[in-house]
Amino acid sequence: MTTNKFYNAIFAAGITLILACLMIGVKLDTSGTQLAVKGATTAQWTWIGGGIAIVFLSQLFTNQIDALFRMIPKPSISTMLPEEKKMATLKPWLIAGAIVIMVIWPFMVSRGSVDLATLTLIYIMLGLGLNIVVGLAGLLDLGFVAFYAVGAYTYALLSQYFGLSFWVCLPISAGMAALFGFILGFPVLRLRGDYLAIVTLGFGEIIRILLNNWTEVTGGPSGISGIAKPTLFGLEFTRKAKGGEDAMTFHDYFNLDYSSSYKVIFLYLIAILLVCIVIYVINRLMRMPIGRAWEALREDEIACRSLGLNRTAIKLSAFTLGASTAGFAGAFFSARQGFISPESFIFIESAIILAIVVLGGMGSQMGIILAAIVMTILPELAREFSEYRMLLFGLLMVLMMRWRPDGLIPTKRPQLELKQ
Amino acid sequence: MSQLLLDVNGLTMRFGGLVAVDGVNLKVKNRQIVSVIGPNGAGKTTVFNCLSGFYIPTEGSVMLKNEQIAGLKDYQISRKGLVRTFQHVRLFQKMTVIENMLVAQHRHLNTNLISGLFKTPNYRRLEKDAMNHAIHWLEEVDLLEFANREAGNLSYGQQRRLEIARCMVTQPELLMLDEPAAGLNPNETKELDELIIKLRDEHEISVLLIEHDMSLVMGISDHIYVISQGAPLAQGNADEIKNNPDVIKAYLGEE
Repeated sequence: MTTNKFYNAIFAAGITLILACLMIGVKLDTSGTQLAVKGATTAQWTWIGGGIAIVFLSQLFTNQIDALFRMIPKPSISTMLPEEKKMATLKPWLIAGAIVIMVIWPFMVSRGSVDLATLTLIYIMLGLGLNIVVGLAGLLDLGFVAFYAVGAYTYALLSQYFGLSFWVCLPISAGMAALFGFILGFPVLRLRGDYLAIVTLGFGEIIRILLNNWTEVTGGPSGISGIAKPTLFGLEFTRKAKGGEDAMTFHDYFNLDYSSSYKVIFLYLIAILLVCIVIYVINRLMRMPIGRAWEALREDEIACRSLGLNRTAIKLSAFTLGASTAGFAGAFFSARQGFISPESFIFIESAIILAIVVLGGMGSQMGIILAAIVMTILPELAREFSEYRMLLFGLLMVLMMRWRPDGLIPTKRPQLELKQ
Repeated sequence: MSQLLLDVNGLTMRFGGLVAVDGVNLKVKNRQIVSVIGPNGAGKTTVFNCLSGFYIPTEGSVMLKNEQIAGLKDYQISRKGLVRTFQHVRLFQKMTVIENMLVAQHRHLNTNLISGLFKTPNYRRLEKDAMNHAIHWLEEVDLLEFANREAGNLSYGQQRRLEIARCMVTQPELLMLDEPAAGLNPNETKELDELIIKLRDEHEISVLLIEHDMSLVMGISDHIYVISQGAPLAQGNADEIKNNPDVIKAYLGEE
């Protein structure tokens, strides 16, 4: 037993040594026109040594460390929150309060934070959309970014070629993404699990490569730039009005000095509005027959069929509604960026969205919102470690799976009132 | 008097060269409990799969209330009033008991997205009806106190009862039970026995049963079919079957 532990610890330390040497210890550097191998500094070597020692000791004393962790009382959310009944009456007020804070907040902080918050809101939308497909219907989708791309390009192209406004394009983008979800849904109806994951992965790549190569329409790798920003009932947020004779800018109309932060805050407020709509709709869907059918399909497909549920319709509806949410987010994304290229829709985006769903807790909306915040804000906070960003992601995943395998906030089953 | 509910003629199922079911005939009348027995591997479950649409039979006709249902999709058949359970319990494990009951009533509910989003009166009424119906059946199988528990946390016997209740809320006319007593203790088997009789007498449905527990089969069946190696071997009431030399031979082997 103890010798076993000892070997285990030696093994883990060895792996750490090898990985650390490869990733930190040796670096390729350019010297003139040649590549040169450069060793790490003494300080870095001490850190590596320290790291190896920590891995070795923690592996050797896992039992003791686990015991120590068990002694720390786990903060349980349920004890901190008031009782269920009280919660029910408090809930509307809490939601109203949260919305008010979210709306007031951008006027008090820097432009950069508002911009980051907008990005977070986009990821919340994407996470909620993917949650329908993965969390509720249990269909593992690794190409979700394709629908995001379809939404984004739909708005960009319609705006560029036909000059349609953001508000008109928003439902069209969602519709287009839904159509693509529907089209993808058909061939994969009979697939589940790994097979489905591979097909959706391929679908995501097809869309990206199509956008990359269809140069005449999509501009290929150079993307589409100068996408029109959303307007407020026709008022533009640029310095000078662009949209023809009778176009007006926001600051002229309200007699304000021009400031670029109006635009940022306006975009943020649109994002808040969109996220609220998405949350409301999906929340309702989860409690509707269709939402229950999705979950039933995840639990047992054969039982569903024997009870008269049409699995084709249920799967297609999950794909379609999930995709339309991504289309929503995509249209907003391209409006916010003003520039899109296939680079924005690579596989790693799908992986991040999936990570948000898994980290948050499959099927749990609050968890996904929290996870989206963590996943977008953490990389920003850890900017200095940007080289090790993926390493940090990995660490976070491992820790989560070790201590909270059900996600940050696991789903709670709705308790239905039985009294008639 | 009692009408013919299910009429199966010459049901045959081939998988490539293997004949799993060969010319099976079954007749189930209204308000009747009919059992299908046979040694392991005789093809009983395959018959069930053919009837419920999980397999499309190679040959033969399946008439439900004088309507051909062979070849229809599984969910279409169950909507026509023929619902089954499985050899292994197939509940929606992570959903609550009451949610299991509501999913089963999916087709009776208003599944229109718009009316659900805005909770139209029609949507609310149907949702409430489904709830009452679910509560009624949970009371029947004595599971109401567990309504908000996760189905996977129930005991095995309770899961079996929930599976039957879940079938019953779909308002079937013919309930097909695939080895409902498997894994139950004698007490639970007795309760199951009473439940099945109650379904026939009070709720006026027919039950088609596959079962290995002979005391259960002999005690409650109105009619028994014996299948051996895919082919029909004998049929009759409990006494006739008990004394049929072919049946004894199939079960115990030649002397």
